[in-house]
Amino acid sequence: MTKPRTLLAAISVSLLASTSAFAGDVRIMWYSDGVEGDVIQDLLNRFMKDNPDIHVTLDNVAYKVIQEQLPIQLEAGQGPDIARVTNIKELAQHWLDLRPLVADPKYWDDNFGDTLDWMRPDGSKAITGFMTQLTLTGGFANKTLFEQAGVALPGDKATWDDWINAAAQVAKSQQLPAAFAIDRSGHRISGANVSYGANYIGADGKPAKVDDGTKAFVGKLVDWTAKGLMLKDTWVSAAGSTYRAAADDFINAQIPFYYSGSWQVANLSTKIGDSFDWVATGSPCGTAGCSGVKGGAALVAIKYTKNPKDVAKVMDYLASENIVKEFSERTLFLPAHMGVVAKGGLKWGSADKNVGPALDTFVKAAGETLPAADALPPWKWSNAYFAALVTRVSQVMAGELTLDAAWAKIDQDIADKVAEAK
Amino acid sequence: MSAAATLKTWAGAALAAPVIWLASIVNVPLKSWQRATGTGGMAAFFLAPNMAIFGIFVLVPLVINFFYSATSGTAYFLQDRNFVGLEQYQRLLDCSNYLDTATCREDLFWKAVHNTGLFVVVQVALMTVVSIATALILNREIVGRSFWRAVFFFPVLLSPVVTGLIWRWILQRQGLLNLIVHDLGGEPYNWLTDRFWAFTAAVSVSVWAHMGFYTLILLAGLQAIPRDLYEAAEMDGTRPARVFWRITLPLLMPNLLVVIVLALIRAVQIFDEVYVLTGGGPGTSTLYLTQYIYEIGFASLLRNPGLASAASILMGLVLVVLTLLQLQVGRRGERKGARQ
Repeated sequence: MTKPRTLLAAISVSLLASTSAFAGDVRIMWYSDGVEGDVIQDLLNRFMKDNPDIHVTLDNVAYKVIQEQLPIQLEAGQGPDIARVTNIKELAQHWLDLRPLVADPKYWDDNFGDTLDWMRPDGSKAITGFMTQLTLTGGFANKTLFEQAGVALPGDKATWDDWINAAAQVAKSQQLPAAFAIDRSGHRISGANVSYGANYIGADGKPAKVDDGTKAFVGKLVDWTAKGLMLKDTWVSAAGSTYRAAADDFINAQIPFYYSGSWQVANLSTKIGDSFDWVATGSPCGTAGCSGVKGGAALVAIKYTKNPKDVAKVMDYLASENIVKEFSERTLFLPAHMGVVAKGGLKWGSADKNVGPALDTFVKAAGETLPAADALPPWKWSNAYFAALVTRVSQVMAGELTLDAAWAKIDQDIADKVAEAK
Repeated sequence: MSAAATLKTWAGAALAAPVIWLASIVNVPLKSWQRATGTGGMAAFFLAPNMAIFGIFVLVPLVINFFYSATSGTAYFLQDRNFVGLEQYQRLLDCSNYLDTATCREDLFWKAVHNTGLFVVVQVALMTVVSIATALILNREIVGRSFWRAVFFFPVLLSPVVTGLIWRWILQRQGLLNLIVHDLGGEPYNWLTDRFWAFTAAVSVSVWAHMGFYTLILLAGLQAIPRDLYEAAEMDGTRPARVFWRITLPLLMPNLLVVIVLALIRAVQIFDEVYVLTGGGPGTSTLYLTQYIYEIGFASLLRNPGLASAASILMGLVLVVLTLLQLQVGRRGERKGARQ
């Protein structure tokens, strides 16, 4: 009688004491902007049906959890087995190298090779994950409002000035609160800065001081805000580097021109419906080009996983060509898989007539990005630069700083961040 | 004894039996403990669970925070951080003119300090005046007094986030207030992007949200003032204003001091409702100390846990002073009460 009791007690204690995952358990921390949570769950259900020995749990969390809590979990050597993240370079030391674990590393190199550097430490050849979506910053115009105002949509090589002037005419004619808005994000204005000749990266790979390109566009932006052409709410009504999107103002037809990015296509399609016609415009031009900034969300394996082989199996499945294609078609996200892009023929899962042309515009605009913009996604200091820009530029817009003082503060903020990271 | 009474006694005994059994089990070690340590030991025994919780969730984090403030780096684990001594404090306090935030190394910290100072002065003054006025009205024999007391207390029960959201929906550009302004033929205004109105909204909303609590304290004080003093004043034909200044206010002073000190402490800690309402904007005009610490410690892409810890310790020192003041006020009130 004593032996079974002792055995039972030992099993109970070990079960209670154990925090490690069971073999075959894979946890994914996932956030959603639109319908992608449902789509990935559906795809995972199929995977589990074919692989009954692996159980995948999808934890849908708020984006804030990914941004604020996941880094702390990772520092503690904990966290999920796989996560969908946007802060992919800065946290790269926590990602698992899947190269020895995936079925065919060459497949990964061939199809995700141009974005693998975005999610691994500098100089590393690791395969840590793949981009679930490739994004590109770009604009959207309310075609119906332009038509009602009798203002022609600016053409392909229209400059920022052309777009703002045209949108201002529409706003005046249709009695709108403002001509345009840009999301409150350093990432969003960086394409425009680069289009005016900005380069954030110094010769040593460290952040360069704010240059004339950035000064040129930010100066215009501040001026447009002071004149009431840019919607003041988005940038001015918050402090620090808080992210604020202006999508709702575009959806509610409060602004004729909105600069955000390709990830908004599904959101706009769902919420605008047939209320008005809208088009994607790509990025307006500056003096150096017409560039947006690429980016996106990556699905990465976490190196603290207890089940690396199972994680690699899940990653292999989700990165396979058919699954990437289906995921992109159903979520309206641009795929990062080079094979899928090269073959083309994506059947976007939307009956909205605005969606297909909008996504095509973004695909076309992806070929027009400038090298200084392409260098930003895999650059370690991008987020520091973006955050400093937002914090200080919004202070200038609120009348708290002069532009000259803001340049000095931006340089100081970034230098502090670099020094802190040593 | 009636059958009902007998049944009641049996039921009572049945319910008490397990408790008595449990007590008899606990009694043995407790008695031994008391014999070994005396009554002081018993006090320690009963305080131990509470002290353990306090230690784990308050004292230990406080000590860890001190260590964080003496380190630099972006890592969260102490062993991965570099010891820098008082460097973070020096950085925060590096200012050629404390009244001009532009001359400070950490200008946002000082901006938050200035904003918090102004907020505390205006909010506490307004809170005190409004709470006294409300308590005086609710102390009178008005129709539906209980209903009005509940109405004024209700916002205290709301979550600060809910409070912030409600007022944001009212005050935003396309909010309820502008709808009313528009319907009355006025020009809608962007209240939350105007520095003056954003500050006014932050102060007003926090007063609205918390005044019910302070009103309750003052109401208790008002009800403790002997009625015969007012009757005597009435017989002497004293004017109501004189009654207020000479009778009500002096006798309400102990409660009023408690209200002022509590409101001061709470105002220094202001965060949630204002964060939801204004996000610290426009610019940084409603950026307060707690939001600065939260942003720099966790939320910002420029996050710096060491600097956030140092800032929180400086803020903690201010709160310690205010708490000591509160204790002093409380003791003085007790002594005065004892003398009376």
